[in-house]
Amino acid sequence: MNILETALDISFVLVMLGVVFAFARLIKGPSLSDRIVALDMMTVLIVSFCGLYAIRSQDTAFVDVAIVLALVGFLATVALARYVERRGSQLAGNRPQDTDAPATGDKDGEGF
Amino acid sequence: MAEIIIAVLIVSGGFFCFVAGLGVLRLPDVLMRMHASTKAGTLGSGLILAAVAVYFADTATITRAVATILFLLMTAPVAAHMIGRAAFRSGITLWNTRIEPEAERKLSR
Repeated sequence: MNILETALDISFVLVMLGVVFAFARLIKGPSLSDRIVALDMMTVLIVSFCGLYAIRSQDTAFVDVAIVLALVGFLATVALARYVERRGSQLAGNRPQDTDAPATGDKDGEGF
Repeated sequence: MAEIIIAVLIVSGGFFCFVAGLGVLRLPDVLMRMHASTKAGTLGSGLILAAVAVYFADTATITRAVATILFLLMTAPVAAHMIGRAAFRSGITLWNTRIEPEAERKLSR
């Protein structure tokens, strides 16, 4: 039991450090795509956190939480990716003459 | 014996989750960050859910854990592909990468 408790403590710390790093990227990411990647990352990490907490609390209900979280996270990621793609094509379609400005990631970070 | 297996699975899964977070924070490019989060994050979550399946060792929990692992393995490449395509088409700056103009014209179509 002692080995398992120690491993659980170490792994909780490591997973939460990963969540903190992903959150830092979510705050400072220069483009909207960076923030979507960070959100997807945080969802996957919280799925593994639910697995760890299921072992810690000896309660299998958290595995169901992990399943639902993985599903909702995938749907959110797909919807946000579609949003970014459509917004990029609209921005490109609205300004067909604007060829001297290079297309960089600056226009992504405007409103967020 | 089972405790040692579970402990190894848990610690290695936590290590890969940590590496994925570090990659998302430190790598210089959207596509590289996505590489870190998709591959290392899926491996870490899969290892921890495998530890859950070994720990509880009854049919219902093993089924749910394996279903979650399979779902992550199926959806992570799809999500990463969609984010990568959207990011590339919205014109992100790539780190130290030179793309041929003709290839870029084909890719961003």
